[in-house]
Amino acid sequence: MVPDKQPITDDAAGKITRVEELAYELSVGEVMTKKVFTLRPDQTMREALDDIKKHRISGAPVAVDGNLLGILSIEDLIRSLRDGRIDLTVADYMTTNVITARKEDQVVEALKLFVKSNVGRLPVLDSSGVLVGVLTKGDITDGLLKALQTDYEAEELIRYRASHLFEDIVSDRSTLTLRYSVKKDDFSRGGAASNNIKKALLRLGATPQIARRCGIAVYEAEINLIIHTNHGGMLRVEIEKDRITVEAYDDGPGIPDITLAMQPGYSTASQAIREKGFGAGMGLVNIKSCVDEMNLTSSPERGTSLFMVMHLEKTRHTSI
Amino acid sequence: MKISQILEISEGTMLTPNADLDTDILGGFAGDLMSDVLASIQPESVLITGLSNPQVIRTALIADVRVVIFARGKQPAPETIKLAVEERLPVITSELGLYEISGRLLQNGLPSFEKRMLHAFDRD
Repeated sequence: MVPDKQPITDDAAGKITRVEELAYELSVGEVMTKKVFTLRPDQTMREALDDIKKHRISGAPVAVDGNLLGILSIEDLIRSLRDGRIDLTVADYMTTNVITARKEDQVVEALKLFVKSNVGRLPVLDSSGVLVGVLTKGDITDGLLKALQTDYEAEELIRYRASHLFEDIVSDRSTLTLRYSVKKDDFSRGGAASNNIKKALLRLGATPQIARRCGIAVYEAEINLIIHTNHGGMLRVEIEKDRITVEAYDDGPGIPDITLAMQPGYSTASQAIREKGFGAGMGLVNIKSCVDEMNLTSSPERGTSLFMVMHLEKTRHTSI
Repeated sequence: MKISQILEISEGTMLTPNADLDTDILGGFAGDLMSDVLASIQPESVLITGLSNPQVIRTALIADVRVVIFARGKQPAPETIKLAVEERLPVITSELGLYEISGRLLQNGLPSFEKRMLHAFDRD
């Protein structure tokens, strides 16, 4: 039930707070007070005054067996005192035209009733019309605060789970695979995939050193794909409890002499690529220094495939 | 050395409004080839470069560089600054050249993070 038919712009949507969202998500039944103190219609106003004083409330629904008959407020009591007719019954002074809320209504509907009617409490009825609770503005505030707290705890849990992913999953071999496709000559996005991988590793609880080493190795592989692939290349990162495996494929012309390609400073990159800051001939050298295992295979027919492994368990001292 | 001192010594202008000038910088590296940077630079350093494309920012992020100086008054493209702001990486532009900026920072006690190439890949 959306009350206002005004279209919500993106800008307005961005400004909707979590509390406003919750006012639509929560139902009256979730936030109302379920233990309702009710008055009987045949009680005298004197008895009602004692009950209301005892329970420290400012009014109560009048009902028989869950059947709502009216509502009695402090104002009604004052009226009976002023009239000097405190021995008349509750039925004589109660308001019978009662504004009620439905248990299934959104909280925002109830809020609007409060604003419109200026009442202090709304008796809540279920779908068959039986009195099941009472709602005050205080109940709504409490309900929203509780929901926000639950939100916060859920967010904490997600953070915890992300960093303990591999401890919580019990299997013979759990892996998380990240895939990125890399376009030829897309220098403006160069390094975007590797930075995303680095962030993912940190979120998964990797140490800054591991994330940095893996980031550098993947960065260099990513740049190689951008420079050398004919159509597009693929990066595949497999994260396991004890190791990270990275594979980079491209359909480029292949590397004729891998030993030569591994020499620091050896590069086939054009002047244009060097002017962009790449093609220093250090890419493969950097990768080798960052990973624990590296295997490079290449042929003119099948392009180049680079396979690298980093072990996470043993501490490794490195210059990177 | 704090970023605020680096800004002063390099006579630079801060291009990223969300920079924390109190961040400590441990060393420096100057260069234009990104793989050279990655081969040598250590975390929490300043990168001084003559390039000003977005890849410089991505390289710096991968290498845990804490501040970048674009030398010779290079004004980076808006997308470069946008990326730097998003990633909270402070970026400075300076009218001075690579040699001048590096020399001044060294003289003021900021060590070089450049390794001799023969030993660049030694493990500590």
